[in-house]
Amino acid sequence: MWETKPRPKRESSADLLAHIHQTAQAIGRAVQLMEVCGTHTVAAFRSGLRDLLPPSVSLISGPGCPVCVTPPSYIDAAIELSRRPGVTIATFGDLVRVPGTFSSLEQERAAGADVRVVYSPMDAVAIAREDPTRRVVFLGVGFETTAPGIALAVRSANGNMVDNFTVLSALKTMPAPMRVLAAGEEVKVDGFICPGHVSVVTGASAFSFLAEEFGIPCVVAGFEDIDLLRGIDMLLAQIAEGRSRMEIEYSRAVRWEGSRAAQSVIAEVFEPCDTEWRGLGVIPDSGLKLRPQFAEHNAASRFGVELTSRHTSVGCRCGDVLRGVLAPPECPLFDSRCTPATPMGPCMVSSEGSCAAFWRYGKRRRK
Amino acid sequence: MCLAVPAEVLTVNGDTAVVSLYGALREVNVTLVEGVSVGDYVLVHAGFALERWTAADVEEWKMIMEGNWPDVGDETAS
Repeated sequence: MWETKPRPKRESSADLLAHIHQTAQAIGRAVQLMEVCGTHTVAAFRSGLRDLLPPSVSLISGPGCPVCVTPPSYIDAAIELSRRPGVTIATFGDLVRVPGTFSSLEQERAAGADVRVVYSPMDAVAIAREDPTRRVVFLGVGFETTAPGIALAVRSANGNMVDNFTVLSALKTMPAPMRVLAAGEEVKVDGFICPGHVSVVTGASAFSFLAEEFGIPCVVAGFEDIDLLRGIDMLLAQIAEGRSRMEIEYSRAVRWEGSRAAQSVIAEVFEPCDTEWRGLGVIPDSGLKLRPQFAEHNAASRFGVELTSRHTSVGCRCGDVLRGVLAPPECPLFDSRCTPATPMGPCMVSSEGSCAAFWRYGKRRRK
Repeated sequence: MCLAVPAEVLTVNGDTAVVSLYGALREVNVTLVEGVSVGDYVLVHAGFALERWTAADVEEWKMIMEGNWPDVGDETAS
């Protein structure tokens, strides 16, 4: 179902768009393409691409924004940890403003908690090494792209006896929720724009089951405007010809088998576990938890943290948005009570959330 | 969150390298990419190099980023 193809042709965006319009006409029906990755969502909006596509071709966003799919129970646990004496929370910046049930890390920091934004998990190890009196908890949120770095940080802390470094893991793996979406009947997906940088690690092969088992055309696309145009063009060609297979547009970075080194370090440090996805519920074996030999660095077990499912903000429809069944402007809170300045849910907080992207770039279309 | 950017390797010291992204310098961990050397381009995410890019990858990326992608009617377009 997969063929080695030469590097996609260097066609101009105008030529690609013309071809997309021709193919859409030949298909002769409405098609929905799901861009799974939050970075794709933003790229499609920022470029204005959505407004240039034929009316019969629509893009819907999927569950590919790590911050967005992290359930409120995780944020609550991080907040609870931040209130404990001697604890330093180290986190990627995206997570700081996400609302938990009653507070956010931003509010906790304002109230005196030690919450620090880091660029890399290794920065969190450095904080722990430099001040052994602090108990540093790194908030391990992300997909396969981020997991190898966190695994290397754990390995480094373990090897260098930095035992005050721990990770609260909410790491997730992408193929499982895509299987749930493909198998479900809630949303009809005619083609998947598969995650680009997740696929650098997993390889495009990790998503080929979508084409093989479910008959849905797939393309792994890059993140520049031209990448998205080429990706959409390739998907429409498959649909028009009645084919379904995995193709790679983002050949600059993605190979069929992915990065063996990255896969190997993930497997060394983590093992699969059931995990909760906002909007999708608990999906078996779709999360990563630290293996028992790294228990010393497992914040959940060291601090006795339990992640229990809780309800989100009243009226927040982020879960429906993440499954692609609701467009952000259809949420009653959108642009009224929920804006980037006063977010009610994570899809409005994260710069890669589809609500934030709609709010920032989609205004012209809304009016 | 899965943002990653290609960057040129300026110096290598064991498992770390200093890379340049259009002049912005950053120390990154290169454990995951075997045999990184000065002049290579690596794809960087959250302080880690995930993959090495070939010269053809870099050429394509530069064409896109620097606005040299084929224009309409350009004979090199196909």
